[in-house]
Amino acid sequence: MEKEQIMQQVNAIFIDVLENPDIHIDANTKADDVAEWDSLHHIQLVVAIEKHFKVKFTTREILNWRNVGDLCSSVSAKLSAK
Amino acid sequence: MDIHNLDFNHLKKNLNNAPQGYPGPGATKIALLSDTASQFIVQALQGYAIEFGAAYELFEANYNQIDSQVFDPSSELYRFEPEFVVIVRSTERLLDAFYKEPSRLKPSFAEEQTAHILSLYETIKRKLKSRVIITNFPEIDDGVFGNYANKTPYSFLFQLRKLNVSLMEMARAQPDCLVCDVATLVHRLGYASAFDPKMYINASMVFSLELLPWLAKSIHELIQATKGHFKKALILDLDNTIWGGTIGDDGVEGIQIGELGLGKIFTGIQKWVKELVRRGILLAICSKNDEEVARALFVEHPDMILRMEDIAIFVANWENKVNNIRYIQEVLNIGFDAMVYLDDSTFEREMVTKAIPEITAPSLPEDPAQWLIYLRELNLFETTSFTEEDKNRNAQYHDAAKRVAVQRTFENEDEFLQSLKMSSEVHPFDSFSIPRIAQLSQRSNQFNLRTVRYSEAEVSDIAANPQYLTLSFTLKDTYGDNGLIAFVVLKQEKEGLFIENWIMSCRVLKRGMEKFMLQCLTEAALSGGQTRLIGEYLPTNKNGLVKDHYHKLGFIPNADGRWTLELKGATTGISATPVPDAALGSPSYAAVHIQKK
Repeated sequence: MEKEQIMQQVNAIFIDVLENPDIHIDANTKADDVAEWDSLHHIQLVVAIEKHFKVKFTTREILNWRNVGDLCSSVSAKLSAK
Repeated sequence: MDIHNLDFNHLKKNLNNAPQGYPGPGATKIALLSDTASQFIVQALQGYAIEFGAAYELFEANYNQIDSQVFDPSSELYRFEPEFVVIVRSTERLLDAFYKEPSRLKPSFAEEQTAHILSLYETIKRKLKSRVIITNFPEIDDGVFGNYANKTPYSFLFQLRKLNVSLMEMARAQPDCLVCDVATLVHRLGYASAFDPKMYINASMVFSLELLPWLAKSIHELIQATKGHFKKALILDLDNTIWGGTIGDDGVEGIQIGELGLGKIFTGIQKWVKELVRRGILLAICSKNDEEVARALFVEHPDMILRMEDIAIFVANWENKVNNIRYIQEVLNIGFDAMVYLDDSTFEREMVTKAIPEITAPSLPEDPAQWLIYLRELNLFETTSFTEEDKNRNAQYHDAAKRVAVQRTFENEDEFLQSLKMSSEVHPFDSFSIPRIAQLSQRSNQFNLRTVRYSEAEVSDIAANPQYLTLSFTLKDTYGDNGLIAFVVLKQEKEGLFIENWIMSCRVLKRGMEKFMLQCLTEAALSGGQTRLIGEYLPTNKNGLVKDHYHKLGFIPNADGRWTLELKGATTGISATPVPDAALGSPSYAAVHIQKK
């Protein structure tokens, strides 16, 4: 799957979980940039992304993400390893 | 919506779609104390309540504050004064505590934990009237002893299982202690799906998002059952629901039950239903069939598990099921929301639920082999009590059916009532009647003047309190023993004896019980030197039946909405002029033909 496609699908998950249709994320988006993105929502986002792409992140991966770009790279790496 | 389609995100979204003013002043107050992070549990429970039209006002204690909230008499918990305290403890924390214990103390770990939980319960009960819901512990084996864990009290698994059993024993002994069986929920889902180590490491949460709706459902259903909302009857279709095939196509010999075809599946379902009947669930049959043929099958087929004596009401004809279920409702005299309807046909189910939305009609999976697993998971028959009377509840309705048949042959109601040779035992509340009284207060919706629900502990308190006068009533007739069917709770107030509660089972309507009860009340009041009875009717959407109750008994309305009956000089108290039916819009009470025992 292209990175672009992954980003689009992740964006849709953000909109659904954070219940805000106006959210637009890109590779540089950080938690601080999105008002609703708090630690509780973060857990929901991770679970929703894992479920959607049928992948499992490791605890270390999740800790090391700096922005949405890192998150999408994790997804991409796992999908191409399948 | 079916629990199987309710995910956590949906429940959470409900929080933003709550009705205006939610939870509102009438909401049930619940305090949640947890030894792990509980934000998601609270959100799931709120979302679940909103989904099903309940309203909860929740107090969430800070993280890991169970002991400090309970043992500090000035804590937020006690200021909040909840109706329910929910204590959520996790196996993961329990394991930490177990590891801290020196080896020599490990064999008594479960005992110590039980004593601790009991002291939590007792401390809460000393200050609050709350029911206390305690979660039990999902089983994990820490792999330290292998299978030998089952052979040594030094293993975590040994102590964990012992603790779960001790919790059940504790709940059995403590009337207001309820166990929420998280262990079963986790077991159904599988530990790998129910526990997400990432969530535990990063956020100290022990329940996965997948488990949370099930946990919310379980807590919600315990609370609702305590408040009197639970299922009382099961309505069954026949063909392809409790046996394979149809009588019409396959003949009585060809239906699949027992060893024939898929019979094992349906035998399993019948056995399950039979256990429900033994527990006190009323069973109704509603089938498109020829009545005689269908009935004969229950009598003659050697492989049938369910028999005629298990069934309270049998309806088989060619009319539509909506009308038949309405008829069943009239005979059983319970709300549609207390009924479960099982039918293999999606068409029939949809027709019924469209016409009667309050009824629960599970969407059975396509493969009947899955039904039983599916039905168990739905937890349709939550309850908060089980008494001797539950064991022959269906038989009591048989007696009712016989009575209705005989009634038709008498010239008038009076003659019929005399023929019943009714007798009633009248006693103040005692240890024998207390559990039944608590149960009746929770089950009765229609003949219930003020809809005050009592727990067993509350009934015991009332029985022991000299401020109260209590009377319970049984009713026996030539057709059978109805057991304990009514009670009154009278509270001494400045103006007179206030009838705090007057409850009667709808099985004994039109029998003259109302006037008989008033006679007994009057005698008891006068012998205690009281000369005035004060009644009150608090309307709900279910107790319209008794809106004229005090009027019919000759009470005089007060300006404050209450009713008064002066007993001065009277010995019967019911010498007031009978109120004609026409003035009431509903029939007046039958005359008394009941002998006091």
